[in-house]
Amino acid sequence: MSEPLVFQFDVDGNDFTSAGRASVQVKKLLRELGLPADVIRRVSIAMYEGEINMVIHANGGVAEVRVDERDITIILTDRGPGIPDVNLAMQEGYSTATRSIQSLGFGAGMGLPNMKRYTDEMRIDTEVGVGTTITMVIHLPQPQ
Amino acid sequence: MKLSTVKELLNAKVISGKEHLGRDVFSACGSDMMSDVLAYVKDQAVLLTGLVNSQVIRTAEMMDMVCVVMVRSKWPTEEMIDIAERADIVLMTTEYRMYEACGQLYSGGLIGEAVRRE
Ligand SMILES: Nc1ncnc2c1ncn2[C@@H]1O[C@H](COP(=O)(O)OP(=O)(O)OP(=O)(O)O)[C@@H](O)[C@H]1O
Ligand SMILES: [Mg+2]
Repeated sequence: MSEPLVFQFDVDGNDFTSAGRASVQVKKLLRELGLPADVIRRVSIAMYEGEINMVIHANGGVAEVRVDERDITIILTDRGPGIPDVNLAMQEGYSTATRSIQSLGFGAGMGLPNMKRYTDEMRIDTEVGVGTTITMVIHLPQPQ
Repeated sequence: MKLSTVKELLNAKVISGKEHLGRDVFSACGSDMMSDVLAYVKDQAVLLTGLVNSQVIRTAEMMDMVCVVMVRSKWPTEEMIDIAERADIVLMTTEYRMYEACGQLYSGGLIGEAVRRE
């Protein structure tokens, strides 16, 4: 695995029912690569939270996952409204989700903190009116 | 507890994954908020919920859960059944409401955290 493997997915922002499909695909691909179960689970949860956010807050976008010997990198890019106050958005319980989103089972304000918890590095680049890119890195266990 | 016992305790109807009823599970959780499941659940293998949408099954799959129980006789969508089958998740439905369903499983020995009671 010298060349990084790169997977790309369109995340449809108009269809809540399909939200999470990219993460399901990625989980399958990582299993096929034979990566450790706990790594796969962390990637799955972090990416799934990010993918759902893209659908409910940003009208969809693109998800890219890169795998090399050292890391798994998840890059989620959208052209949504952007996040005006990132520190506030990162707080547990902060959410701008509407009641209708809550009735779908989301909008507790736990996604971003959860993404941070399950990844080794997380960066949010966002500009109001332009969009948001979230980059998450999970280190792979290295042979001694 | 075997999933077949979960089925019996809840008098549930198995919709998909009959072939996996022999699996052993040690803990469960109940919630209609997938946000909370993603944030607070650790190793619980069974999810009880009254929510009906595809994200219920995808959430369970992301969390490596092996069984989803729909309470109050909720019936899954075709897509939910399809995702569950692909993910080898046992999907069942019970007439019990959330509180009673959780109570049945808890008193049957299925606890909240994934540690076995002595
Ligand atoms: N991609 C995004 N584009 C624009 N705003 C976002 C994006 N992701 C998150 N946000 C904002 O940050 C807030 C917090 O996000 P977070 O994922 O923590 O909670 P939530 O999505 O509201 O609820 P939960 O994740 O618990 O279902 C959101 O309510 C929203 O206002
Ligand atoms: Mg979220």
